[in-house]
Amino acid sequence: MTAPLALSQTAIDFTYLVAAVLLIIGIRRLSSPPTARSGNWIAAAGMAIALVFTLLDDDIDTYWLIAAGVAVGTVIGVVSARLVRMTAMPQMVALFNGVGGGAAALIAASEFHRLAPAAGHVTGDGMGAILFSALIGSISFSGSLVAFGKLQELMPGRPILFAAQQLLNAVLFGALLVFGALAGATEDGIWIVLLVAGALLFGVLLVLPIGGADMPVVISLLNAFTGLAAASTGFVLDNTALIIGGTLVGASGTLLTILMGRAMNRSLGNVLFGAFGAAPAEGAAAASTDGKSYREITADDAAVMLAYASRVVIVPGYGLAVAQAQHAVRELADLLERRGVDVKYAIHPVAGRMPGHMNVLLAEANVPYPQLFDMEDINPEFPRTDVALVIGANDVTNPAARSVPESPIYGMPILNVDEAANVVVLKRSMNPGFAGIDNELYYDPRTTMLFGDAKASVEKLVAGVKAA
Amino acid sequence: MSLLTSITVFVLAVFIGFEVISKVPTMLHTPLMSGTNAIHGIVLVGAMLIAGSAESTLEQVLAFIAVVFATVNVVGGFLVTDRMLEMFKRR
Repeated sequence: MTAPLALSQTAIDFTYLVAAVLLIIGIRRLSSPPTARSGNWIAAAGMAIALVFTLLDDDIDTYWLIAAGVAVGTVIGVVSARLVRMTAMPQMVALFNGVGGGAAALIAASEFHRLAPAAGHVTGDGMGAILFSALIGSISFSGSLVAFGKLQELMPGRPILFAAQQLLNAVLFGALLVFGALAGATEDGIWIVLLVAGALLFGVLLVLPIGGADMPVVISLLNAFTGLAAASTGFVLDNTALIIGGTLVGASGTLLTILMGRAMNRSLGNVLFGAFGAAPAEGAAAASTDGKSYREITADDAAVMLAYASRVVIVPGYGLAVAQAQHAVRELADLLERRGVDVKYAIHPVAGRMPGHMNVLLAEANVPYPQLFDMEDINPEFPRTDVALVIGANDVTNPAARSVPESPIYGMPILNVDEAANVVVLKRSMNPGFAGIDNELYYDPRTTMLFGDAKASVEKLVAGVKAA
Repeated sequence: MSLLTSITVFVLAVFIGFEVISKVPTMLHTPLMSGTNAIHGIVLVGAMLIAGSAESTLEQVLAFIAVVFATVNVVGGFLVTDRMLEMFKRR
């Protein structure tokens, strides 16, 4: 039995070409704010074309399994996309990425099962692609789930380290190569089961020792992995839509990973094996807390300082997002602007937990984006700034990145808030930040601390400025 | 399609992927990551192909889960990206 409307393969391949063009145009339009939204829908339209015409493929005999799977997946996808909070976006991306990788691995396993019973049935390159999809897809699946668990705080977000970790990883990776070779040579199902199981374990071990500010880099890397796994299923199934779609993501994810690493001055090897933010961070961190004092400030005093300043730079961090303080901050900024204060936002490339995350959060609060300044543009302004208002940002303001070679963040470009005349830091307590490193800035004589929930503190500042 | 043709397509797609992405400003990196994340949901094409031709029960189970996973990737990915980009609209 063939599909009722079976099209020739050439016709389907032509629709794949149309789909590929739409995907590329879509990604290109994502490159500027005014066209980004339509770009996303153009890419979705390309996807829809590829999916609909795939249904007309001659190889498809039954539709009920597809219909059931698409129905279940659509419900899960729509509900989770609608309900997720903007602050939880990084782990949502990690989860969507993981299931994509899982799908690629499942396709590979199913194809292996279908083709393998008679030895010699599978061509060399087909088998290679099957094994590659199974390996990379499984690593991406379990790695993404661990990343999700860490960001959702279902498990400790800090690097988890144990003795001989890298030796274990190396041995496991060697074993995976052996399983793959045996699966290819014998076409016996047990080897692909071992390959998938081992790759799942490898994905977990890969992400466990990573924490702190390195998480987005790893999610981006896993995004690229899933893209490559999808492209590889294209080689298995001889399908151009899969090869092009998967490869576009493989290439873009790799580039994005490199760009993120560069913004933090960390190489990929360093990210994967350097255990950023491992507790306790050596030397620099331990030395600084002892015998140093910090100054507290009341909300009213801070409000007066802001109200009578002429230039204020707001430095938002993840703490602002967690407290959902972005709307209160915008209100504060509007009030100050009405008083004639020049207000700017300084956005570090990795503020929040993903590049651009903070831009999204502030956009959600209707902060006009001409007020948002990148690190390179705002850093020269700090010496002329009266008050730098640091809200829930920590590691991206830590001067140790410039001055303490032993610090794990040494070399990472930071916002030079310590050059401002006054620094007011809104923070929950003196606990170290996401990366687990103490911040010298807090002991600077020009710095004052305003403790408390970021949203409550900002609301007090708003009240104070109104009264001033 | 010959293996060489597939590899040609692959290599050209690598170059296009790099070229198109390198022009995206930092502020759009999160939506971009999310958007490309949705695009590798194209793996649903493969999941549908194997689900439509699965014969044994094992293949049907594997294919069904693959279709569910890939659909979550596509649908969730595009919707969540749209939610983010909605906030960038001009005002």
